[in-house]
Amino acid sequence: MSAQQQRVNARRALTALAVLILALTGLLAGAYYWSTAQLSPKLGLDLEGGTQIILEPQTTAGQSVSAEQLNQARDIIVQRVDAGGVSGAEVTTQGDRNIVVSIPEIPTQEVRDAISRSSQLQFRPVLAVTAGAPQPTPSPSGTTTGSPSPSPSASATPTTASSATPTSNSAVPGALTAATPSPSTAESPSPSADPSPTASPSAGATAPKDPTDLAWITPELTEEFQSLDCSDPAALEGLVDDPTKPLVTCEGDGSAKYILGPVAVSGDKISDATSGYRTNQQGAVTSEVEIALTLDGDGARQYADISRTMVALPEPQNQLAATLDSRVIVAPRFNEAILDGRASITGGFTIDQARALSDQLKFGALPLSFEEQTSIDISPTLGSEQLRYGLIAGLLGLVLVVVYSLIQYRVLGLVTVASILVAALLTFLAISILGWSHNYRLDMAGVTGLIVAIGFTADSFIVYFERIRDELRDGRSLAAAVETGWNRAKRTILIADGVNFLAALVLFALASSSVRGFAFTLGLTTLIDLLIVFWFTHPVVSLLARRPFFRDGHPWSGLDPRRLVTSGVPRYAGRGRFTSPAPTPAPAPAPASAGGAPASSSAARPAQTPSPLASEGGVA
Amino acid sequence: MNLNLATLGNDLYTGRRSVPVVAQRRRFYLASLVLMTIAVLGLVTQGLNLGLEFRGGSEFRVATSGAPGAYEQVAREAARGDDESLDVNVTLVGNDTVRVQTERLSDDESQSVRADLAEAFDVPEQDVSATFIGPSWGASVSQQALRALVIFLLAVALVMTIYFRNWKMAAAALIALAHDMIITVGIYSLSGFEVSPASMIGFLTVLGYSLYDTVVVFDKVRENTNEAFANGRLTFAQAANLAVNQTMVRSINTTVIGLLPIAAVLVVGAIWLGPGVLLDLSLVLFIGILIGAYSSIFIATPLLVSLRRNDPAVLELDKRAARHQARRAKDLAAEERASASEEPVTVGGPGAPAASEGEGATITGRAVHKYAQTGPRNQPRRTPKSRR
Repeated sequence: MSAQQQRVNARRALTALAVLILALTGLLAGAYYWSTAQLSPKLGLDLEGGTQIILEPQTTAGQSVSAEQLNQARDIIVQRVDAGGVSGAEVTTQGDRNIVVSIPEIPTQEVRDAISRSSQLQFRPVLAVTAGAPQPTPSPSGTTTGSPSPSPSASATPTTASSATPTSNSAVPGALTAATPSPSTAESPSPSADPSPTASPSAGATAPKDPTDLAWITPELTEEFQSLDCSDPAALEGLVDDPTKPLVTCEGDGSAKYILGPVAVSGDKISDATSGYRTNQQGAVTSEVEIALTLDGDGARQYADISRTMVALPEPQNQLAATLDSRVIVAPRFNEAILDGRASITGGFTIDQARALSDQLKFGALPLSFEEQTSIDISPTLGSEQLRYGLIAGLLGLVLVVVYSLIQYRVLGLVTVASILVAALLTFLAISILGWSHNYRLDMAGVTGLIVAIGFTADSFIVYFERIRDELRDGRSLAAAVETGWNRAKRTILIADGVNFLAALVLFALASSSVRGFAFTLGLTTLIDLLIVFWFTHPVVSLLARRPFFRDGHPWSGLDPRRLVTSGVPRYAGRGRFTSPAPTPAPAPAPASAGGAPASSSAARPAQTPSPLASEGGVA
Repeated sequence: MNLNLATLGNDLYTGRRSVPVVAQRRRFYLASLVLMTIAVLGLVTQGLNLGLEFRGGSEFRVATSGAPGAYEQVAREAARGDDESLDVNVTLVGNDTVRVQTERLSDDESQSVRADLAEAFDVPEQDVSATFIGPSWGASVSQQALRALVIFLLAVALVMTIYFRNWKMAAAALIALAHDMIITVGIYSLSGFEVSPASMIGFLTVLGYSLYDTVVVFDKVRENTNEAFANGRLTFAQAANLAVNQTMVRSINTTVIGLLPIAAVLVVGAIWLGPGVLLDLSLVLFIGILIGAYSSIFIATPLLVSLRRNDPAVLELDKRAARHQARRAKDLAAEERASASEEPVTVGGPGAPAASEGEGATITGRAVHKYAQTGPRNQPRRTPKSRR
């Protein structure tokens, strides 16, 4: 490699680095203007303040929780946190058994309870249903009990197609029908009157016989039902869900509200729920989406009983609502009694909706409760204090490193400093971008990892510089020493960083919590370190080596050959021999081309290395 | 210091000065053995002071603006409330944060203690942080970390065996690593520092650092011993010792530079922040990196020499090197007798032959051919361009 070539390579590497930095900056700026990125790294809760709750799902029966169920549980908790009116919360799974809820504020006790309460799927018969928002005209219907119920049932007509299903087990979602606009509220009392003539007057008096009995509807319940506003996300806070009592609740999206009877079948009786396209009798796949529900023995019997009763009832009492966390997820209408515990829900779903629903239903097979393992509140004051001192410490450490490397390596130390600064810039950009793209948050362990990384990064330069000095001691010219030193140092840096990266990788893959955050920063800085050494430090040093200041070994250059050489034993031995006792190994690239390599070093090597015999012969 | 270190670097590099690390290895082994015994004893007798994360419990931190003198009393009373039996542990963190640790409280109790503390210290309630940690959390995290560690060690052993083409190097590096971990843990148990998940991260870093250091030294050892195997001039022990000496300045520089930022964190943490992630981490790192640097120089390489002592290849090399060095010494003596008068300034100076008997120092006793001393090809040194 000629000197010219080296220079070109060095320039090329520096250009590549500049392009990389510009690209990252551009990406960050772009993400800032057109997306949600922020210009600084996202901070973890321990720095920003907030609460972190780590939950461990527990099954009632002590089964293990699969990754799929963990994800379902996470989705459920996301809904709960959102319903609690908390903004900016993050729910993630951690490892294979924990769920981490990070809330950037300190939540109220109610929100906490809501998050960790157990989650249960239940089937309750629908007693009454109406649109989600409170009715503008409560006057007539308010007085006659049970009235507000069935108004929209007339619109259930779209289901006729599916009700034609010849198989014994089909139900049609009444839930969809229930969401019809509420203008019909005015006329609601009239149709409702006939299906429930007995219920309204005697509500308080007669004890209800079964879950479908309209006698469950008490005046208090009616009042509660009417005042319920499902469009308010906090409407159902503090809801008491007693399986033996009726329940007033909303559709999951707030579009409808229900009065439901007591639990008819509990969700843990579901053994499976799948979604897909329904096959008709001939076994051909139709375009209709269905959710197939399978219940176990007990559940099948209960389901058969309730369906037998309900199929005879008028709208909406023939609907059986499935509730998850007390919210209705679907309320299909029975078309016929389902005796074998295999139900099929059809009508108007897209395949994605169906999949989401069947996932929710399947969750019923595993009622989970969540045990709070850890809950950490960090007040914003404390967090920012930590960060401030962490930064002060980092800065102080950096200054110390700068001073030390200037003393040790004189002007060459400036290269170290510049390298560390470029590395810091790259790290900053990388973390900011990762914060935007992967929601990476820098926490205290991460900050410490970064501070520690200063040491690792500096070490690569030390290994390199010491190698250059070694080569100078062997009597090479600076330009040659830089190249040979680099070739040796490269190996060392690669294997040492490789081991480090391996550590980061394994820890990241297997550990959890803060250990993981630390492993991430360690891996990131190791990669950046490699990048900097290859694309910045080496090119800069090899360019500098051609400057007279360094080439002639100015005393302040840190690479003064006189100081490095003469303080030891005399270098020149003549006749192709070193006085240097440690001849460096054979595969040294011949530096002959590199300008000004003294005769001693380039000539010495070939003479000395071939074989022990030859060299011994030379000595004798 | 600078000049000294550079000169020292030269001398160590050429072998004029040499720290007999390998020759004296029994001493270092003994020292480390003593240290490790103390560490293990400490661990057995004292145990570790496990942090709240491992024990489980509740912790409150009150960010006051200047803690009152009687903070301990105030906090204790506020936290106890009407339950006199509650075990309360109050410490001042930094200048103005009061840390109150109690056994595990229920959510309601925790809320009320928080409110009481806020009232007692006259701060808004949001300045009181409440932490509750289940006893299983720390255990599950450390269990995972331990599993990761074992896998990591296996992977590293494999990588090093492949890279160095010798499993004994990997073994020596891992033993040195175990040495570092035992001593670091021992220091924790003896000093009673609190072990938190953060210090666990610290242990892992120390492990990485120690391994990194050892790999850098071993890379030089590999280079030197490969060369020794090729030309048969140095015994394995001598080559390894030279490598340690040649990387000594690097090791010192690296350790200092690695320690400087950590020392900064340590000081800042100790003065302003008090117990917390920062202080825990920097403490274990500081101790661990020092020990890691020590072990990579004084334990790992000597161990490698001990492990490979009886390898056939190494035994053969030792024989060859001994022959070579004996012949060299003879030549040297003959030369000296022959040219007693006009001895030029070269290696064979008075000091060198004596040094050549020591393990690391023989290398300086290189004979220089007569022609080279006087001959016509001994060109004068060119003056640098700038001075021409």
